[in-house]
Parts: sequence; structure tokens; C-alpha cells
Amino acid sequence: MATLTLRDLVKTYDKTEVLHGISLTVADGEFVVFVGPSGCGKSTTLRMIAGLEEVTGGTIDIGGRVVNNLEPKDRDIAMVFQNYAIYPHMSVRKNIGFGLRTAKLSRADKEKRLEEVAAILDMTDLLDRKPNQLSGGQRQRVAIGRAMVRDPAVFLFDEPLSNLDAQLRTQMRLEIKKLHQKVGNTIVFVTHDQVEAMTMADRIVIMKDGHIQQVGTPSEVYHTPANIFVARFIGAPSMNMLPAMASHGTVRLDTGTEIAMPGGADGAVTLGVRPDDLGVVAGVPLTRGRVTVREPLGPETLIYVDTGAGGEVIAKADGRTPPEVGAEVTLCADPANLHLFDPASGQALR
Amino acid sequence: MAFVENIRPSSETLLASNAPKRPANMGQIIRWLLLFLGGVVMVMPIAYMLSTSLKWPHEVYNVNLIPEEPTLENYAYVLEDGRFYGWFVNSLIIATLTTVSNILFDSLVGYTLCKFRFPGRYIIFIAILSTLMIPTEMLVIPWYLMSQQFGWLNSYWGIMFPGMMTAFGTFLMKQFFETVPDDFIEAARIDGLNELQIWWTVAMPLVKPALAALAIFVFLGNWTAFIWPLIVTNSPDMYTLPVGLSSFGDEADVAWELIMTGAAISTIPTLIVFLIFQRFIIRGVVMAGLKG
Repeated sequence: MATLTLRDLVKTYDKTEVLHGISLTVADGEFVVFVGPSGCGKSTTLRMIAGLEEVTGGTIDIGGRVVNNLEPKDRDIAMVFQNYAIYPHMSVRKNIGFGLRTAKLSRADKEKRLEEVAAILDMTDLLDRKPNQLSGGQRQRVAIGRAMVRDPAVFLFDEPLSNLDAQLRTQMRLEIKKLHQKVGNTIVFVTHDQVEAMTMADRIVIMKDGHIQQVGTPSEVYHTPANIFVARFIGAPSMNMLPAMASHGTVRLDTGTEIAMPGGADGAVTLGVRPDDLGVVAGVPLTRGRVTVREPLGPETLIYVDTGAGGEVIAKADGRTPPEVGAEVTLCADPANLHLFDPASGQALR
Repeated sequence: MAFVENIRPSSETLLASNAPKRPANMGQIIRWLLLFLGGVVMVMPIAYMLSTSLKWPHEVYNVNLIPEEPTLENYAYVLEDGRFYGWFVNSLIIATLTTVSNILFDSLVGYTLCKFRFPGRYIIFIAILSTLMIPTEMLVIPWYLMSQQFGWLNSYWGIMFPGMMTAFGTFLMKQFFETVPDDFIEAARIDGLNELQIWWTVAMPLVKPALAALAIFVFLGNWTAFIWPLIVTNSPDMYTLPVGLSSFGDEADVAWELIMTGAAISTIPTLIVFLIFQRFIIRGVVMAGLKG
């Protein structure tokens, strides 16, 4: 196990800079998830850590050793790929044992290690099968086993769950988390799914256009987003954004509603409120509108409300007696759950 | 009872009456007819080869497919002729070594051109491909002069060297390596294999169908090669089978029955090669280790 430190990491492809000097320290045994939309640079960062992409600028430090110029095999890392990349012509035993080919261990020790990993992953009975005789989840476990068997300092996961169906994804998510609790290795996990990020990570790194937008625990990035991008990217449905004017501790919405909010903001602001925090029952009235769509989720119902000047906002209503489509509703929120952003820079105002 | 049967027909009656009757499809009939004609065109030379090999010399120029007096005398003669074994062994050695060489070098070059990024990669690939446009007849003289200068005339090496690596094989392998996902290569790199080990352990097993096809092409090509072995060899003990068979008979009389007998025997190794390798030509093996 080891810490991982990225310092001013830059990546350029044909004079186009795709990573603009990112810096991050991942603590020993920490589970860090890189999340962001396609093209944000999260997979490139992971591949640079793995040694599959050259580093244009900055340094990568694993366990106190700069690894920029080391071959992937010498970096003490293991990687699980999106497409599993388990060798179809080899049995599960050979696939898992493949990571030990170059290890300086006796045959007996290699076999013992392989059996241990198979037992942890509950794959002992499948060791003699070929990949085409396995389900998607089992193949993913083989890929994880091949990485585990090397007992690396850092595990790298490149969107490993994105090819699984929803049910299996949830199951594998739990299994990976349990595995981390059991083995305690440092893990860097890349995904574009914010639910995966929220449920698995000790800390989340949110990226956009080659920049880190925010690093924090799932609770921090959800409850105190650093900017509009993070606020809208984390959480589903996305945070509602309403145009407003702030003056002397009061925020006045375009709809005429005024809310007392402490803070030094003055002038045009963007008011953010999560659908979870916006309802038709309690809190200060925020905006009014007509229900256009209802999405029943069981215990609660999502309602889409056309507020006119404020655009469409999403709120939550009771699952049993939600307002009818076409009904006029007043949407309320607790002022403590509102967020203010600078509309020009997108940064949070606190 | 008869009344009941009348209103409730037996299952046999129902099956017979409900059996789908396909209307005569003229397009399908024409397709079958064309396929049949194609089959006849392909099979007739082989049938005549076998037929002629079973004929006496006086019957060779009769076009009848079934010999009037079938005989195995030609087979006995050819197999008892010591030269045949020598030619057979020469062909076997040359075709086998050339096939192994092509499998190794074509795939190695194809893999390099496919999976590595280096300056001039595209130019090298085009240069290799462009050699496909030069006819063998044009190359024979330079090859001969080279062989003469290096002392390779009338030797195995002289016969084999022009075909040890082919542009077609390189092209074929490069195209097949394109289907091997880079994830496999990168996973092996992380697992600590060097590039040669990755090529041999990971990439080669994933292109077995292509290797099998290449092996069949190269083996057949060298087994049946005639012009170059005829030119580069000058003693009967170095002849390959096609060159040796053509020497049956003399200027006044060609012993077609013996040539056809030798040809019939010489098809056996090609059939064996095909039977061995055709089972590897199964697509889809590459995808089995990827997303389900």
C-alpha cells in the first residue's frame, strides 16, 4: 500500500493540452473516485498513473517514488479495464495467475496466492472455466482477481462497471467496496456515473475539461458544491438553478419572492436548490408554477413545475397524494438548503 | 368411430395437411442450378485427375470418366519410383518451413505495424503492400541472379527464400491484429510482459483463425509452386513434387497417367493441412474475453 501524489500533471496530444496541471494526493488505503463527463480527462489521468500514457508535464509519485519514467510493470500498480480484458484463450486460473508470471515467487507460493484470491472473490469453483463460460459479473471478478493477485500498492479501475446491467452493477459496486474494506489497498476508480462515485468513494474528484473542479467527500461535494458544474453534476435529478438578485442579505427571485440569506453577495446571483430540498409543504415559499409532468417513484413523486420566468424546476412531492398535472403549486424550501452561485464565474458564494 | 374420425382428424392427417408448402421459387432454383454448375466445374478436374490415375496409358486420351479397365498399376509404379519420395520430402520440407516462417515473420511485422506508433509506419506499410503489384515473372530474374551470387542455386534455401515472408501475409495479419483490442495488450504490459512475450502469449492466440488461413494459403502456395523451383533447381534430387511430376515422360510422350497419379497422391498433404487448420477458423474467439 502507498500514497499516490499527482503534481501539476499535464498531458498534451499534438499541441492540444487535455490535462491542465492537476494536483492531488491520495492517502494510503484511500478509495478515490474520479468522476466527470466524457472527455474531461479522468481516464487519461488514470492511464498516466498506470504508465500507459506518457506524462507531458508534472510528476506522478507512488509510495514516495517518482514513477514518470518507469514501465507500467515497475510501478507497483494493477489495473482493471472497462472491457475486462481477460484473455479468452486462457482458463480463469491462468487469467488470474497471469499477473504472477513475472513475480519472484515459488510455484507453490503462486498457487497459494491464486487460491487465496479465488476464495476472496468466491471463484474457487470456476477456476477451470474459460471466459466464454462466465457471466458478465464473473468476468469482471476475474479481471479484479488478476489485479488483486499481484497485491499492488495502487489499484486502478477504469470504468469497470459500465458494461454491466443495472442490477449487476449495484451488486458489483457493493462487492468492490467490501473488497476494499477487506484488503485496504489504495484505489483510484474512474467512472462517469455519479451514483457510483457517491456510493463507493472516500473522496470524489470531479473533473471537467482537464481541470479538477472539486475534491471532497461525497457529503461535501453534494452539500457544499464548489461551483455550478459540481452542483448540477452531482445528484439526480440535477440541482435547480434560478436567476436572482442579492442585496444586503436578501435574495430576490425573478418571480418576486424574497428570501433572507446571510452572505455578502450583491447583484445578480444564481440560486441553487436540489429537488430533494424543494417541496410543496414546508419552508419559505420560493416560486410558483404549474405542474407539467409527474414521475412517481413510490415513496415520493417528482414533479416538473413550469415557473414561467424561472423556467422549469423539479421538486419532490408526497408519493401518495401528489399534485395533479396542471395544478398550480407553490414550491417551498428551507433557506439553509439553498446555494448561491456567481452567474459569471459559476463559483459558489458563501 | 368413423364419424368421430371424420370430425376430428388424426394427428398424422393434421400434420400432413398443415405442413408448410413453399411455392416453387424460381430464383432459388436458378441459384441451386448455378451452384451445381459451379460445383461441377470445380470437381471435374479432380475427378479427371483421379480417373486418369486409374487408367492404362492407351486409355488416357479417352474422355470417359470411368476407366474401362481400372488399374492401380500407376500408383504402384509411382510409389516404387524412388524419385517420387525425394520430391515429396523436398516439397514437404519447403512448404512446412516456409509456412512456419510466414506465420512468424508476417505476424510479427503485421503486429508491429498495427500496435506500435512510430514515424514512417504508414510508409513502410504502403511499401510492403506495393510489392504485391509486382508480378512473380518479373522477379524471377533478380531472384536467380541473387541466388547465383550467394551460391543458393539448387538448394532448399534458394527455393525458399523469396517466400519466407510475404506482403499478403503481412497485410492479412495486420488487418486481423486490428481486431485485437488494445486493452489486452495494455493489461499484459501492466502484468509485466515484454513486447515479444505480449505478441507471442497474448496477441498470437487471439488471431488463430488468421494464422490458420495464412498457414493454408502459404502451404498450398508453396506445395504447388512450379516456376521458381523449376528455375532454381537443376538436379532431379532437388526437384519439388510439381517440378518432378512434370518430368515424367519425355519430349516425345508425356505420361499423363503417371503425372495424374503423382498429383493425386500429392493432394493428400494439402488435405491434411486443411483439415488440421480449418478447425481453428472460428470467428468470435477474440470477443469472448470482452464485455458480455
